[in-house]
Amino acid sequence: MMNCKQATHLMSEDLDRPLRWRERMALRFHLMMCGGCRNFRQQIAFLRAAMRMRSGGN
Amino acid sequence: MAVDVCRGIFRFTRIPAGYIAVMTRGHLSPEASVTLADRLQGFFGEHRADLVRFATLQLRDPAMAEDAVQETLIAVLQGHAEFANRSTVKTWVFSILKRKIIDALRVRQREVPISQLGGSDEEREGFDTLFDQRGHWATEHRPHRWADPDDSLEQQQFWRVFELCLDHLPERTSRVFMMREFLELDTDEICQELAITTSNCWVILHRARMSLRLCLEETWFTH
Repeated sequence: MMNCKQATHLMSEDLDRPLRWRERMALRFHLMMCGGCRNFRQQIAFLRAAMRMRSGGN
Repeated sequence: MAVDVCRGIFRFTRIPAGYIAVMTRGHLSPEASVTLADRLQGFFGEHRADLVRFATLQLRDPAMAEDAVQETLIAVLQGHAEFANRSTVKTWVFSILKRKIIDALRVRQREVPISQLGGSDEEREGFDTLFDQRGHWATEHRPHRWADPDDSLEQQQFWRVFELCLDHLPERTSRVFMMREFLELDTDEICQELAITTSNCWVILHRARMSLRLCLEETWFTH
């Protein structure tokens, strides 16, 4: 079973490439049970949003 | 010569329409030159500092940043036909500046390949202490929900903290992260540009995000 450390890698890569079906399923399963990783996912999404705002284009 | 003209423009409180006519090589009517001069004047008057700051943050070299902004202005003046189709000057100018920054990064990559930048060893992971032996979050490091993150984006103080966190990224990590999140290149382009493997690229981006979120959690979203 996937641990949190591996999950952080997949969540990060999800921002850079389409995850494979198996990866998506494994990640979804992990997130159902892990509040820390759910927060992590929101936080790196926030980082992306902040970077887009900072780029000044919008 | 063109650069001298542009440097000159920065010293004027107004951009003379005559310069526009020269730079656009007479392709614009006098009225159109005046209109373009006004719009560019407004834009550069208001945003020149933003452009320089934007370029400096990415290139981390004030002289290179200044050059990129100068070249952007030249491109802006030469690209009047394209400009006519754009609704906002800002989006257009920033898109040109981004291309200039990418060009500058290419030159620098040839001069100082990323493989020559230090720090690759100490960068490796370094986040092990956040996890227990089974790779689950250690209790004291488990990510908390950040209170009202959207509200933070409205606060100037937040952006200062954010810049400091970005500054703390090791140079290799920063270069890759900025190409991905700031210039919005995809990982294939970054890999090609920097001559690193795709998986290496993902690992570096993961590291950057781990580091930034930790920095924000410790300095801004404290509880």
